[in-house]
Amino acid sequence: MRIGLFVTCLTDTLYPDTGRAVVAVLERLGHQVDFPAAQACCGQMHFNTGYRREAVPMARGFTAAFGGYEAVVTPSASCASMIREYYPALASEAGDAGLARAVAEVAPRTYELSVFLADVLGVTDVGAYFPHKVTYHPTCHGLRMLKVGDAPLRLLRAVRGLNLTDLPDAEACCGFGGTFAVKNAEVSAAICADKVAAVRQSGAEVLCAADNSCLMHIGGALQRQRSGVAVMHLAEILARTEETR
Amino acid sequence: MTAPGQPGQLAAGEPHPGMPTYLGMPSFPDAARIAVADSQLRANLTHATHTIRAKRAGAVAELADWEQLRQAAKAIKDHTLAHLDTYLLRLEENVTRAGGQVHWAQDAGEANAIVAGLVRAAGADSVVKVKSMATQETGLNEALAADGISALETDLAELIVQLGHDRPSHILVPAIHRNRAEIREIFRTEMPDAPAGLTDDPPALAAAARSHLRQAFLSAQVGVSGANFAIAETGSLVVVESEGNGRMCVTLPRTLISVVGVEKILPSWRDLEVFLALLPRSSTAERMNPYTSTWTGITPGDGPENFHLVLLDNGRTSALADPTGRQALRCIRCSACLNVCPVYERVGGHAYGSPYPGPIGAIISPQLRGIADPVDASLPFASTLCGACYEVCPVAINIPEALVHLRAKVVDAKREKNFSPERVAFTLSGRVLRSPRLLAAAQRAASASRRVVARKGRIRLLPPPLSGWTETRDAPVPPPESFRAWWARTRGNRS
Amino acid sequence: MSTSARDRILSRIRTANRAAGQVAPADADAAYAALSREYLRAHHDAGTNDITGLFAERAADYRAVVERVPESGLPAGIARVLAGRAAAASGSFVIPDGLPGEWLAGLPAGITLARDEPPLPPAELDQLAGVVTGCAVAIAETGTIILDHGPAQGRRALTLVPDFHLVVVQASQVAADLADAFGRLDPGRPHTLISGPSATSDIELIRVEGVHGPRNLHVLIAEA
Repeated sequence: MRIGLFVTCLTDTLYPDTGRAVVAVLERLGHQVDFPAAQACCGQMHFNTGYRREAVPMARGFTAAFGGYEAVVTPSASCASMIREYYPALASEAGDAGLARAVAEVAPRTYELSVFLADVLGVTDVGAYFPHKVTYHPTCHGLRMLKVGDAPLRLLRAVRGLNLTDLPDAEACCGFGGTFAVKNAEVSAAICADKVAAVRQSGAEVLCAADNSCLMHIGGALQRQRSGVAVMHLAEILARTEETR
Repeated sequence: MTAPGQPGQLAAGEPHPGMPTYLGMPSFPDAARIAVADSQLRANLTHATHTIRAKRAGAVAELADWEQLRQAAKAIKDHTLAHLDTYLLRLEENVTRAGGQVHWAQDAGEANAIVAGLVRAAGADSVVKVKSMATQETGLNEALAADGISALETDLAELIVQLGHDRPSHILVPAIHRNRAEIREIFRTEMPDAPAGLTDDPPALAAAARSHLRQAFLSAQVGVSGANFAIAETGSLVVVESEGNGRMCVTLPRTLISVVGVEKILPSWRDLEVFLALLPRSSTAERMNPYTSTWTGITPGDGPENFHLVLLDNGRTSALADPTGRQALRCIRCSACLNVCPVYERVGGHAYGSPYPGPIGAIISPQLRGIADPVDASLPFASTLCGACYEVCPVAINIPEALVHLRAKVVDAKREKNFSPERVAFTLSGRVLRSPRLLAAAQRAASASRRVVARKGRIRLLPPPLSGWTETRDAPVPPPESFRAWWARTRGNRS
Repeated sequence: MSTSARDRILSRIRTANRAAGQVAPADADAAYAALSREYLRAHHDAGTNDITGLFAERAADYRAVVERVPESGLPAGIARVLAGRAAAASGSFVIPDGLPGEWLAGLPAGITLARDEPPLPPAELDQLAGVVTGCAVAIAETGTIILDHGPAQGRRALTLVPDFHLVVVQASQVAADLADAFGRLDPGRPHTLISGPSATSDIELIRVEGVHGPRNLHVLIAEA
């Protein structure tokens, strides 16, 4: 299958290891991965902060970069839900019929990584090996907007050596919320404090999630507290094998 | 039966005279900053919201067809809103036929004046009230006081708020920010007939409220209520409650005045089979609330001799004009969204500067009041967009969708006005983030700066406005090369 | 003033619905009838479930006192319950019009009854030991008793002010669920839906029983 990788601007800029891991996992499964260089940002931050007009050209850029792929895969449930859930409304609001057609074509084929692996490809054992105690935070947009269900957990359970431990009150938001973390920094920090306490209570060495934005948030607090708990994107765990460790 | 309508003057975005923001309230971020530092408040809210969350989930899980009930409720409400004029006229006709009188109020001022006039006409200088969001919204108690009429709140939580010279902070449980010890203290100092040796045992506190209000109920001449539902087909009103104070207020006084938002209407009696399945389980996590009263006009020999229904617009028709925002008018005031909201849980209801707090308040207040006031303009941003509110909403209001929609309205309303650093930042970042070339250049700059901005591989301090982040969280250090740069370097020939 | 407010509100509604792209079909009733209702008419099938038992169980969940008695044992049951209440509270028991006389056939000496004729003022209702009524309908799914304040039930104040309410539910009055129950009611009458004794969740969102309504609810379910 010819797959277009939408790496997302955040992962592209700050977490390139996640992008490399997605490529490694998909190629290990025998797929051809392209990174169309014309891609940039999906526009979610602008859209969610009220700058919808500014998000429209980003949606155009996305559809132009990814037209023609059998599947577009992204390591972010949040960006995937922006494209799948909000692009149609954005296009119709902008009165851009061409964009609406392009969205109708590409949005349904845009998948979050864990959904693509577990539900589209039907693979849960991707040949990974990761002998560590890991806990999983289901991110809000994955859980409630995109409804990825237990796809990430099925993938983690199939990782050899991995000891998956429960995260208390796992479905609670981490308090990131994009620009909320800056506009309402104190509230965001208070919500995050409870998430961090839950992560530490789980006794895990590694906190895993399928979205780098939330991991940036929780990880930033874990690091500030010198907790010793590492954060890793799901893709990076799935990319690990006996050979890579 | 169509009234000779003038073209309505809709002014979405303009402030409404109807629901004043609480005077002197700061906008949400400032109010929230203070609230979140109040550890007693945090503890009270965490305890109460976590208690009800688990119970609600259990009560909902008991019904296999919850989602079907929810979708039916959504469809009934949407249908009603699309035919709101028809159903209001039908309600008016049936209430009148059953011996009631119907009044129409465009805003809070008109509603309060109608009520005050009716109280005076009844020869009374006091009223007993059952908790009603509509009269909180119109500031009825204050308006009546200015007219020399005293209003006694009879709901336990409203009584706690009234005795404590406080404001409600929750739709269902207005005193949720108070724990039992604080309530005991308020009763001891503010309730003249509080029993000696009153403990903070909830049943003892409830008993104190019972004896305090008993005489007022038995001698009341005028009762004031809202309504959870008004049935167009029959002219019936429905009040859902727990304590029996609602029954007292709608049964014992000679005159009953109900102030009801125009969106509270349901087409027919049978719709109660849907809404009474959804509301109690969503709000108090009960299969059914202890008491529900229904009445249709006047029943000779049973209950009030005079019944007045005041239908209230107060900004609702502005919300109705917004294709995305109007879904907020489906709200049945259950408050499930407050109880699951991570933001509400940390800051409580007062920070929202409105009788309607929490996620639903963040989409209702700016629609009823407009977005000209900084408080209202800040409310759509008071959310992480986590979606827990939408998940529990019994009428499937997509609150996150409405929030981002209202955020755009706030941003667009400011576009033509003065300089905003935020807008400059978003305009510039928008240019970078839509251009692969500029994004790559920015990434190269970030990678080049990594040794300058980071100390020992960490970023612990960023300038404003990002300093709020680094107050409690490290910021990520840019990598030596972006993914894009890595791809171009290692596989550049492939795409 | 009121008339013009009415016209302006109705006009604003019509304009708003047009602005929001809601061009409603002319016939609201036809559109209403076509609404999809995929929920269950009942959550427990009366054919295969003990609906009366379910009602008893769920009414008791609210801390009402619930007993199932055979029809023939009803007078004795009522006598026993009232005797118990009379031992704890002074005053008479008020009896609404239409309460079957045979229900009160076995009352012991010392139990005094009062009629609501002429209507008792609220202050006198407050001095009573309690009230005995029948009901209109009950709902098994939610453990709810519905009064329509017709015969054997009295006007609303009668079952509100006294602190003790003994209500007789006949098994045939128990509907499986809300849909059946609401279908049995006449919307033109006043109704009181009662699910347990008065209660509040206003302190820390924890339910406690006993506020303004009757703090004691005793239910006798009469089965043929």
